[in-house]
Amino acid sequence: MRKVTLILDDGTKFHGESFGYEKPVAGEVVFNTAMMGYPESLTDPSYAGQLMALTYPLVGNYGVPTFCKEDNGIASFMESEKIHAEAIIVSDYSTEFSHWNAKESLADWLKREQVPGITGIDTRQLTKVLREHGVMMGKIIFDDEPNNIPSAQYEGVNYIAKVSCKEVITYKPEDMKEGNVETLKIVLGKNIGKKVVLVDCGVKNNIIRCLLKRGVEVIRVPWNYDFNNLEFDGLFLANGPGDPDTAVDAVENIKKFLANPKVRPCMGICMGNQLLSKAAGATIYKLKYGHRSHNQPVQQVGTNRCFITSQNHGYAVDNATLPQDWEPLFINMNDGSNEGIKHKKNPWFSAQFHPEAASGPVDTEFLFDDFVKLL
Amino acid sequence: MIDTNIKKVLLLGSGALKIGEAGEFDYSGSQALKALKEEGIETILINPNIATVQTSEGVADKIYFLPVTPFFVEKVIQKEQPQGILLAFGGQTALNCGVALYEQKILEKYNVQVLGTPVQAIIDTEDRELFVKKLDEIEVKTIKSQACESIDEAQKAAKELGYPVIIRAAYALGGLGSGFCDNEEELNKLAEKAFSFSPQVLVEKSLKGWKEIEYEVVRDRFDNCITVCNMENFDPLGIHTGESIVIAPSQTLTNSEYHKLRALAIKIIRHIGIVGECNVQYAFDPESEDYRVIEVNARLSRSSALASKATGYPLAFVAAKLGLGYGLFDLKNSVTKTTSAFFEPALDYVVCKIPRWDLGKFRGVDRELGSSMKSVGEVMAIGRTFEESIQKGLRMIGQGLHGFVGNKELKIEDIDSALKAPTDKRVLVVEKAIHQGYTIDQIHDLTKIDKWFLQKLQNIYNTYGELQKCGSLKGVSVDLMRKAKVQGFTDFQISRAVGLETQIDQEEAINIVRNCRKKMGVTPVVKQIDTLAAEYPAQTNYLYVTYSGVAHDIEYENDGRSIIVLGSGAYRIGSSVEFDWCGVQALNTIRKEGYRSIMINYNPETVSTDYDMCDRLYFDELTFERVLDIIELENPHGVIVSTGGQIPNNLAMRLNDENIPILGTTPESIDNCEDRDKFSQLCDRLGIDQPEWAALTSMDDINEFIERVGFPVLVRPSYVLSGAAMNVCSNQDELERFLKLAANVSKKHPVVVSKFIEHAKEIDFDAVAKDGEIIAYAISEHIEFAGVHSGDATLQFPPQKLYVETMRRIKKISRLLAKELNISGPFNCQYMAKDNDILVIETNLRASRSFPFVSKVLKINLIDLATKIMLGVPVEKPHKNLFDIEYVGIKASQFSFNRLQKADPVLGVDMASTGEVGCIGDDTASALLCSMLSVGHRIPEKNILLSTGTGKQKAEMLDAAKTLKKHGYNIFATGGTSKYLNDNGIENTRVYWPSEEGQLPQALDMLHNKEIDMVVNVPKDLTVSELSNGYKIRRAAIDLNIPLITNPRLASAFINAFCNKSLDDIEIKAWSEF
Repeated sequence: MRKVTLILDDGTKFHGESFGYEKPVAGEVVFNTAMMGYPESLTDPSYAGQLMALTYPLVGNYGVPTFCKEDNGIASFMESEKIHAEAIIVSDYSTEFSHWNAKESLADWLKREQVPGITGIDTRQLTKVLREHGVMMGKIIFDDEPNNIPSAQYEGVNYIAKVSCKEVITYKPEDMKEGNVETLKIVLGKNIGKKVVLVDCGVKNNIIRCLLKRGVEVIRVPWNYDFNNLEFDGLFLANGPGDPDTAVDAVENIKKFLANPKVRPCMGICMGNQLLSKAAGATIYKLKYGHRSHNQPVQQVGTNRCFITSQNHGYAVDNATLPQDWEPLFINMNDGSNEGIKHKKNPWFSAQFHPEAASGPVDTEFLFDDFVKLL
Repeated sequence: MIDTNIKKVLLLGSGALKIGEAGEFDYSGSQALKALKEEGIETILINPNIATVQTSEGVADKIYFLPVTPFFVEKVIQKEQPQGILLAFGGQTALNCGVALYEQKILEKYNVQVLGTPVQAIIDTEDRELFVKKLDEIEVKTIKSQACESIDEAQKAAKELGYPVIIRAAYALGGLGSGFCDNEEELNKLAEKAFSFSPQVLVEKSLKGWKEIEYEVVRDRFDNCITVCNMENFDPLGIHTGESIVIAPSQTLTNSEYHKLRALAIKIIRHIGIVGECNVQYAFDPESEDYRVIEVNARLSRSSALASKATGYPLAFVAAKLGLGYGLFDLKNSVTKTTSAFFEPALDYVVCKIPRWDLGKFRGVDRELGSSMKSVGEVMAIGRTFEESIQKGLRMIGQGLHGFVGNKELKIEDIDSALKAPTDKRVLVVEKAIHQGYTIDQIHDLTKIDKWFLQKLQNIYNTYGELQKCGSLKGVSVDLMRKAKVQGFTDFQISRAVGLETQIDQEEAINIVRNCRKKMGVTPVVKQIDTLAAEYPAQTNYLYVTYSGVAHDIEYENDGRSIIVLGSGAYRIGSSVEFDWCGVQALNTIRKEGYRSIMINYNPETVSTDYDMCDRLYFDELTFERVLDIIELENPHGVIVSTGGQIPNNLAMRLNDENIPILGTTPESIDNCEDRDKFSQLCDRLGIDQPEWAALTSMDDINEFIERVGFPVLVRPSYVLSGAAMNVCSNQDELERFLKLAANVSKKHPVVVSKFIEHAKEIDFDAVAKDGEIIAYAISEHIEFAGVHSGDATLQFPPQKLYVETMRRIKKISRLLAKELNISGPFNCQYMAKDNDILVIETNLRASRSFPFVSKVLKINLIDLATKIMLGVPVEKPHKNLFDIEYVGIKASQFSFNRLQKADPVLGVDMASTGEVGCIGDDTASALLCSMLSVGHRIPEKNILLSTGTGKQKAEMLDAAKTLKKHGYNIFATGGTSKYLNDNGIENTRVYWPSEEGQLPQALDMLHNKEIDMVVNVPKDLTVSELSNGYKIRRAAIDLNIPLITNPRLASAFINAFCNKSLDDIEIKAWSEF
């Protein structure tokens, strides 16, 4: 294995070996404390532009499943069409894997998708550096090519535009392979077949699956598409990468939606929470090192209900700037940051965390039920 | 938020340590008591286990050393009138007792509220039928089993399900009375045994070969749930989880699988209505996402203790708070102190638990691992690679392994069958198989161990090969050196692989490797366990050492204020919770005296490995290499080796060679006691008698020695072939048979033979000295005569039947020894006394097993005193001594023969007990009754079976037999005993030995028909017929759960106690009331 060095912007160096595709790369270095779910995380579009360090040291154990698609065109096991993270940084890559569902090793997959992966890094120490300093840009350099130095920029770049779909795609609930429509009718009653516009800022497949599973027709539109002219019953604002302040068009479209006298339900996730907040008038700030893990505790404001959530975000909504008719819906129990907002009267709410999980705990999937029931 | 009506709470402990129920409950109970104390709630504890930390001063407000049975618990409730009771912190013992109290409406009668999980929920999880029904309601799959109430029903059920089936006794911990049956014959045997433990037996289809996965789940009364940890068994289903190597977190599950099982666990705990903690065990199909729930434990368990240690999440502490009514959102993460306790720990290391077996101590025991637990302890290893973790763990179990590779060669005749039928040696068999060229696939097919684990083991094997290829240390590159260390190789393994060990002395070879790699810059780093994978800073110092990293997590002060205490390692027969107590007391004193307390230990069942017991906890190995690594970083004021039993004691000399400051008695003195020759010379010099002994290398020498000293002799082989390691032989025949059976006498393997003195009293002398002067001491008298290992014997303190002259002489000899060895710190001497002649058996310059017992009975903390002396703090001689005590303490041993299939439940010179209790009474009878009931004896109703050994032993039992008769008991006796009793005018019914075929009544039949309430069977000698006849009776008593006593003096004492004292006459007194 070729030797590599990870160099952070503050000059800190970590030495390791390459196990993925062999090319130098640069990006924002972030850490994720989840202990499993690397196929899902790598294909999560929200990681675009980032070098993803995993704190759990053993990675690759169960290989990677086949990249196959369902009839509706959605990948069976992955969260999007490809790996979005710029690179993966681990401590102890497992060269051998063992799982009935695995088709190839993580290394082979990375090589196929031309994504670097490095191992032998003390990702705990790396995490501590990022925790103390805040997230930083970093580069992976091959020691035998010291002059081949990549560069990249993260802040201010509109990554949403890079990962969003380019045209409108419609998914019909009947396309669902597993969904038991009869059961759904009983659970959700009248709402089978309602139309939901999904603003794709970098949507994870499981959001689409969660909606389709509930008998909803999904109209997936590009991030800057003015959906206000479409005919639909509810609006869904998806997750996505990067800085929400770059998504000006999307915010404008949402503002129009909120101002429409015909009030229709709206739910947002992650970037969706931030865009909805911006549209409502709140401001966003960058967290020192973000929340990327499967164990973030959130509490529903004003209740004793708490949930373990899957998260992946570097920016947060400033609670203090929420306008009068909005209020926080969830609060992070560790640092008090905003984890969702809701409108005091209208059926509009959002979550900063990922109720669709994949990867991570599925405790808050009920939010999709709540949304669909509102339609 | 919490229920303020609760002002006083009773907590039930788990009693003596036994297989399946060990130190983990000291840890959980201690945590719960701490949680209650914090709330200002008065705590009452019932636990006869006197060696535990939870029964120490200050942990609970009031402590009762009484049996955890409904009878005694009711009496305590009546006296104390608590508002609440905690049932989930004392294992199955406390849970069963709690369920009985609930069903007998005793809790209702005294208006005692069960805190935490309601009793109905407990019953729903304990009763298989209710459990399956309960999970059926939420469409969660269980292993369908049929509850049967007779053997006929069991046979029918098995036929329907198809063999192989598994049999379980309902309401039994650790798989007691359970096992796999391949056919009806095996079923009949197992079912009978299972029915003796429980009226209900479950027959179910076996899922051998599936993965076994566990989740630890927590729920508060607001329905908030978290899973704190998941764990994967290295061994597939079919091997009890207590017998499995367990890895945390799971390694071979995908996100979807992990979260499917996690979501199910939460669904289950909600439906059952747990408030607090519970454990969900799954069988998981290795070829799909199919699963079955194996069981749910609605209480703190061995797994939850492990999960707490593996993650840093204090489950018992949190569970106790939730029982009081808190929500998880009210509590803080105890490690970060800033983030919420409502979270799921993220690990950035891998944990490996390995069981420790002591099967070699038992004659005849079945070594195959299965669905019932036999291990006596466990270790937990932490690493940042799987290889590092498992190699550490294999060394930690303390059975001579150096890791996965580099061990003494194991002789295995048939690898295939050894892989198929796993024993305690199974990991070594895998190594052997790899060595023989078996592929991963082949090994997987035979063992069903997941290929991922096997591949990792293969990595270790390959690295060893790479090192071997280097041929010398010089040939090892920095990269290879680092790779080996990252994979958990010790300097010793490396020295062996490169061939250094064959050229020079082992210790020297290790030092050469150590220096070489330090020069290369290959040194370990210290990492913190912080529950959040470095996302938030940790406020505690829960540490481990790894080579997979570039920076330490902590900074060292180098101020010379650190004191390192070496812990006692895995619990095993001969070393368990008592040394944990000693270690914790030392830590407490170190802190109080203003030093920084540092513990090194790796036993997840202990309180000493609770990170808030000390300033820094290194959860790591107690090898010379690792201890030195830590010492080099800590630069301590000193190291304490005398409170952790034999493991630290053995390190003393080597640390001394490295100029490490050892506190207290010098390592040279320790060596003078450990080395038999040196100690003998010392005794001769001081004029102290000891039983004559010699280390002999040939049969002729042995015979010559015995000719001189005469039979009986105690024979101690240094290399054990099989079976018991020590034995007393009373004639030539026995001697030859034993040596043939157990030992291989040769120059390399000498046998130590010593004169065995019959009918001698054995006495333990525990003391603390300062600069050679004894400051405090305790003399305990064994109820049994010498010949029963002091760890198995029943001790009374203060002595009740020793001559004053004997005690005076013992004190005098001990003083001489203390002075000569210039002891500063704890020590223990064992003596034999016949008439007033005193012989010293051995001296240990460390705390002994009986330190907590005598400290608590005497109410002088000997370890606190010893630690102060070792720290150089001035101490005063305590004002009271054992002659001032107006009550009696009795320490009795707990045996776990019921878990050890086929083992002969007989006591001898080798220790067999797994735990102990200590009860205090106003008189010997009260204390003895309480302690005997605490270790599982029952007061017999009417029928007693006696076979009382040799003539002399029969005579010893005569008075007891008379007493029994006088109190209306029916005596049944085998041939010789029956005749002896008749000759002495004691009416009895003769019963026949198994070898006396066709004669009725047969003793075995009476046992099987439950016609006998207690068996006294004293083995005469080692003759073949005696062994088989007596063995069958003894084993039947154990398998049928009938109380058995095999020592005439203990039997007499117990019989006198229950005949002369009724339970109702025992005054219920807390420790502080004596």
